[in-house]
Amino acid sequence: MLETIAPRPGALVRGIIATGTHLPHRRLDRAAVAAFFGKGGGTGTRTVASYDEDTTTMGAEAARAAVASTPDVDVAALWFATASPAYLEKTNASAIHATLRLDASVPAFDFGGAHRSGIGAMRTALLAGPTTLVVASDARDGLATSADESHGGDGAAALLIGDDTAGPVIAEFIGGASVTDEFLERWRIPGGERSRTWEERFGEVAYAPLMRQAWTAALADAGLAAEDIDGLVVVGTHRRAVIRNLRSLGVDPDRIGDDLSSTVGNTGAAHPLLVLANAVEAAAPDQTIAVMALADGVDVLIFRTTEAIASYTPARSVASQLTSGAPVEYATFLSWRGMVAVEPPNRPLPNRPSAAAAHRRDDWKFGFVGSRDRGSGMVHLPPARVSEKGGAVDDMDDMPMADVRGTVASFTVDRLVYSPSPPVVFAVVDFDGGGRVPLEVTDVDADEVEVGMRVEPTFRRLYTADEIHNYFWKVRPLRGADR
Amino acid sequence: MGSHGIKDKVAIIGVGCVPFTEHWEKSLDDLIIDGAQATYGSAGIGQDDVDAFWFGTSQSAASGLAMGGPLKIHGKPISRVENYCATGSEAMRQAAYAVASGAYDVVMALGAEKVKDGGYQGLNAFPIPTDGTQRTLTAAAMFAMILPAYAEKYDLDVDEIRYAVAKIAEKNHYNGARNPLAQFRRETSAEQICQMAAVAGRLSVFDCAGVADGAAGVIMCRAEDAHRYCDNPLYIKALSFVAGTGAGSLDPDYDYTTLSECKWSADDAYAQAGVTDPRNEIAVAEVHDCFTPTELVLMEDLGFSDPGEAWRDVLNGDFDLDGRLPVNTDGGLKSFGHPVGASGLRMLYEIWLQLRGHAPSDRTMADNGRSLGLTHNLGGYPGEMVSFVGIYGTELG
Repeated sequence: MLETIAPRPGALVRGIIATGTHLPHRRLDRAAVAAFFGKGGGTGTRTVASYDEDTTTMGAEAARAAVASTPDVDVAALWFATASPAYLEKTNASAIHATLRLDASVPAFDFGGAHRSGIGAMRTALLAGPTTLVVASDARDGLATSADESHGGDGAAALLIGDDTAGPVIAEFIGGASVTDEFLERWRIPGGERSRTWEERFGEVAYAPLMRQAWTAALADAGLAAEDIDGLVVVGTHRRAVIRNLRSLGVDPDRIGDDLSSTVGNTGAAHPLLVLANAVEAAAPDQTIAVMALADGVDVLIFRTTEAIASYTPARSVASQLTSGAPVEYATFLSWRGMVAVEPPNRPLPNRPSAAAAHRRDDWKFGFVGSRDRGSGMVHLPPARVSEKGGAVDDMDDMPMADVRGTVASFTVDRLVYSPSPPVVFAVVDFDGGGRVPLEVTDVDADEVEVGMRVEPTFRRLYTADEIHNYFWKVRPLRGADR
Repeated sequence: MGSHGIKDKVAIIGVGCVPFTEHWEKSLDDLIIDGAQATYGSAGIGQDDVDAFWFGTSQSAASGLAMGGPLKIHGKPISRVENYCATGSEAMRQAAYAVASGAYDVVMALGAEKVKDGGYQGLNAFPIPTDGTQRTLTAAAMFAMILPAYAEKYDLDVDEIRYAVAKIAEKNHYNGARNPLAQFRRETSAEQICQMAAVAGRLSVFDCAGVADGAAGVIMCRAEDAHRYCDNPLYIKALSFVAGTGAGSLDPDYDYTTLSECKWSADDAYAQAGVTDPRNEIAVAEVHDCFTPTELVLMEDLGFSDPGEAWRDVLNGDFDLDGRLPVNTDGGLKSFGHPVGASGLRMLYEIWLQLRGHAPSDRTMADNGRSLGLTHNLGGYPGEMVSFVGIYGTELG
């Protein structure tokens, strides 16, 4: 007997308050795989994380987008789910916590290791607890020509979950269900080269009854019939199980939402949150939206959008990111993924950052916070104790810059400097309202950069040295509607 | 301002310089010994005649022991000096003040750098633990930003400015081809340089100074004692040094068309020396041509050209060997490469030769009736630099 998780009568309205997502700028055209190898690939595209992104940086970008959508809502807990963590043992969520400049009293926990962790964290946050920012992120890989290579995707999604005392709930949680089963359909060992799967028919057959069971229980939990569902998105790394069993759920094909499989690919732990964010961002008020995720069982969550959604504008919508990507060459993709080792420039490898020095300056390093001299108003990036103008000592205020836009004052393409993916474009960026700092420009082709270009800060991994990831900020061009 | 200078108080009585090249067969110790021998020989004195030593090296060694050890200097003070690429000049500056103060009679500044044992391309930063947020772009990339900024500010065609800076490289290679101590001794045309692949901005490898091992040194004494050692010493007229705050990378008002620290150090040096019209008082100059755009804007910051006009003066041949103010007559950093600790003193060596009429005949500058020489040595990047300017003359007064 499956326990009911629908809100009890009289309970506070609880659900999604904000959505934030990050789709990497680059797209691999799946046809490029067959063009090179003679097999594999497919049609459409998949998202490709830049060489300077990992699950932590993508999660941070999604989290920042969610917080920027509803800046007045206080985040009381931060949870981070990924099946490909940048670090084991060390919490990855704390880096995201630092980019958001959350108070030390806000806990940051990793929900790690499995593709199910994303929807699991979301379900747990929906049932009870403080206002929780659930962030999920993944980077998917496979051997060349494999299905995972073409149909995996990289990306992150963050949903701010809370009740309406914290802020306007735009999609109320009205019920769901979870079915768990232990079977070895897909797995990867730590440090393993790739995911492993059992033969496809095994998973297809195993998931079928679980999908029907979870769907039936979820509808009952929410007090709905299948015809009441305005939008359903079903996701899972077992594509055939999803496709083959979709019809048996009794939802009109017109109401099956975009699973982003032909544009993004499946983003592992992030995918249920990503497709849900996409559906919510496009929804009108009073629509019933469900997400079903296949992973070691089946999870279903059902929402109803509220009046508040009519006045909700995401800081970075999925739709806007889908249209602002750029292609990446298959050769570049393979070298970024470490599938092909490319000769680096003959320069020394970078030194590992000092943990002690980084901790002293973590507000600059993770939060991109400079300082502003009270007397002269001059902004100092990085933060300083002595003012460049006037020489006052220790008379500065914090100057958070992560959400400030800037203009390229000058730039250069450096083909000599060490980089995991040369050449490097450096720009001297003048920020709106004051402040200048030279930064790398990423998510851009060298010949796109010009003086006067508008840019915004983005959190990246500069390099890894001595098994330490060196995180900091770069800038990327403002594109499309953001400009 | 309390910068009074030590004009006419200190004499240069000997300058030595070894060939600059990839000295695979020589260690730092060998360079120090060869450089010291050349310098003692130039002054006609022995090691025991020197009372105090300053050793300039940026990355090759630490402590005065690194010089005292190979040279077997007994019981004397040796200070290791560093100030980025102005290290060689900084060593001379400190030594000169020691003589001017009366603390010592005869002093030596030696600069040496062994760059080619590292195995990497280019000059690479000394690894100091940091928080990982420092920018990593190369010096070539930073200086490359001068080109589009200069073209933009003066409303010029960036291709024409790119050609003008290639002409600077052509000039320096012409001079270097006539210098047996230089690393590169082949003439190269501006046209050839413009066709080379870009490595940083619009700059090719030939717009950048090379990497070489080398050493050079100077011996100084009080001006009134110079006659004991030398019939034709040089007298120090000015030693100026300015260290910036890194404001250029911080202050949106910085426009990458000028090297402020260089201008300030030049102004201070001219004031110390009593020079009011550099173009018509400086006979010859050795400047820090780490990259071709650097030398371009230095002509303006040192007062040799009007702002926005240096490119025209370059194309006009004003700074050629037979021009109105020859610059880098020895071939510059372009032809010598840049063993960091030695470069400032290699510049002084050329001034030593030219002002006293001892440069080889195919590299002798025309007599323009002026008797002052200038060395300029910088370290760092546009907007965050140290800059040294020294002025020397053959006559007192």
